[in-house]
Amino acid sequence: MLLEVQNLIVEFPGRRGSLRALDDVSFSIAPGEILGVVGESGAGKSLTGAAIIGLLEPPGRIAGGQILLEGQRIDNLPHEKMRHIRGRKIGAIFQDPLTSLNPLYSIGRQLTETILTHLPVSRNEARQRAIELLKSTGIPAAEERIDHYPHQFSGGMRQRVVIALALAAEPKLIVADEPTTALDVSIQAQIIGLLKNVCREHGAAVMLITHDMGVIAETCDRVAVMYAGRIAEIGPVNEVINRPAHPYTEGLMAAIPDITQSRDQLDQIDGAMPRLGAIPAGCAFNPRCPRVFDRCRVERPDLMPASATQAACWLHEKVAVMT
Amino acid sequence: MTQTQEIQTDFGTLHSVAEAWGAPSAPLVRADNLAKTFDVSAPWLNRALEGKPRQLLSAVDEVSFDIERGQTLALVGESGCGKSTVARLLVGLYEPTRGSFHFDGQNAHAVYRSGAQSRALRKRIQMIFQDPYASLNPRWIVEDIVGEPLREHALITGKKELGERVADLLHSVGLSASDMPKYPHQFSGGQRQRISIARALATAPEFLVCDEPTSALDVSVQAQVLNIMKNLQRERGLTYLFISHNLAVVRHVSDRVGVMYLGRIVELARTKQLFSMPQHPYTRMLLDAIPKMHATGHARTPVQGEVPNPLNPPRGCTFHPRCPHANERCRTEKPVLLPLRSVEVACHAVEENRI
Repeated sequence: MLLEVQNLIVEFPGRRGSLRALDDVSFSIAPGEILGVVGESGAGKSLTGAAIIGLLEPPGRIAGGQILLEGQRIDNLPHEKMRHIRGRKIGAIFQDPLTSLNPLYSIGRQLTETILTHLPVSRNEARQRAIELLKSTGIPAAEERIDHYPHQFSGGMRQRVVIALALAAEPKLIVADEPTTALDVSIQAQIIGLLKNVCREHGAAVMLITHDMGVIAETCDRVAVMYAGRIAEIGPVNEVINRPAHPYTEGLMAAIPDITQSRDQLDQIDGAMPRLGAIPAGCAFNPRCPRVFDRCRVERPDLMPASATQAACWLHEKVAVMT
Repeated sequence: MTQTQEIQTDFGTLHSVAEAWGAPSAPLVRADNLAKTFDVSAPWLNRALEGKPRQLLSAVDEVSFDIERGQTLALVGESGCGKSTVARLLVGLYEPTRGSFHFDGQNAHAVYRSGAQSRALRKRIQMIFQDPYASLNPRWIVEDIVGEPLREHALITGKKELGERVADLLHSVGLSASDMPKYPHQFSGGQRQRISIARALATAPEFLVCDEPTSALDVSVQAQVLNIMKNLQRERGLTYLFISHNLAVVRHVSDRVGVMYLGRIVELARTKQLFSMPQHPYTRMLLDAIPKMHATGHARTPVQGEVPNPLNPPRGCTFHPRCPHANERCRTEKPVLLPLRSVEVACHAVEENRI
């Protein structure tokens, strides 16, 4: 396994005790695999990404569990060491390409700097490599564009630059947090296709964090559905979308308006996701769940095998015993 | 209709005036060649000293559409295509540079300018904004937020009646009277958007302009808000202009769809027609670009190019640099919206039956 996240707990200490934002999250990513992480705002998907790249905003902190990259723990490394891993082994792509580029430096300078920091090459080679990277992300006239500043690029082009930047030091894993959310649909299609192809060529695994199930369906090998700081269901993308095992996944799928058919009423999940301070006892989804029963209100389910996926739902407990 | 009448009796004579204006057969909303140009020139001194030219940005041009009472027209397009400008034109936040907008038979912009009558008209047209975190005053309690239009238009004066009416409004969007003394920060995004809807409904409007009302919301919550909007439309006979970039949402809520590109409507069709047989190459491209949920691993037709700079739009058809069917005529002659193949479409290739 390239990345292993084991029983990760992230807490935000507060005056009235700490808030648990991620609670016992475990998953792994194989080399070259694309794992989607989907969920509503506040489910903890971005936080999971931030914990992996070591960029948790204080006072948030990892309060338990561990993160292993190629078998080595990276969650307890000092800042300097983590800085070196970030970029070299893990690349990051964020939602807004304008804020992830420095407006004062030309994109060429930002790229060569990243390459020089992590790879033993000369300045000239670094520049050459930067041009190659820009070309591979589909930026026309890369030799000229390399000396331009971020404001001279459009949103889609900027996101291409950010992808080039993330790939600069040939990382093994890319954490992409909502990489297409700020873009228009026609550009989104280009960027998703690019991300998929470029990562395949460079042999990088991707953790793709998004709230857009369509993007997940099209891009990912496996998907993890998060709810209230935990993984509700994880499995092959086909199975999760077409045969969801967790009632939350099921509700989420039914709530998405479908372009191919018109329905009079969308199926809705009543209520909203609980706030961190008020997560109900038992299964966090139980107050909104149409198939809730007594046990769900008192005992918290862990991920258990359910047909072709793993779901944290007591409905599948029998299956778990049988297998 | 019965529901509308019921609301009108609530407000007594205020709405009988509105009723008298309406000719039942004419469309409630008619935009005729609406255009809005913004002056984005450098400041005067720079122009004088550096000889910089005046620069005009045509945000919306030649936009015409009708909306029948009780129907929903959706405008879709990518960012910068002018759809929000159309919304702001209709509610009177902008003055059109050219063209007119008739509401229920009267020239709305003439009325907006007139002062006295403008209040009566503004009451009938309300707007719902995209971001419920920005559109609600964080220092006001819900009762004041929803009650303000009622007080402002002097629809209700008594404190007790006001409270009752606000409770009714909250109830109609699935919130309760106990929410009245709360502040916006105590609500989730979906609940906040429902408060915005309750506020927009306070003056019992007939026409709601909704600018990306669910774009800031999560899918499960988006479904709740869309369902509420549809139910309210059925109950009260509301007319919607629904602006969105999400075609799946548009398909779900609208009766007709206008697709905009660089400030112009390029295709206007009934929803079913548009989704089953898109005509304009841009519409086809947009539909292709949407990730399909149940076709996993399916690669989309990659769309080439980006939206050109609206300050310097291409000559002829503005879509021609990205269009696979463009020919010489497309590069020189601007197509106009024509009734073709039972839709309205602005495309030479469709007109000439090339595609």
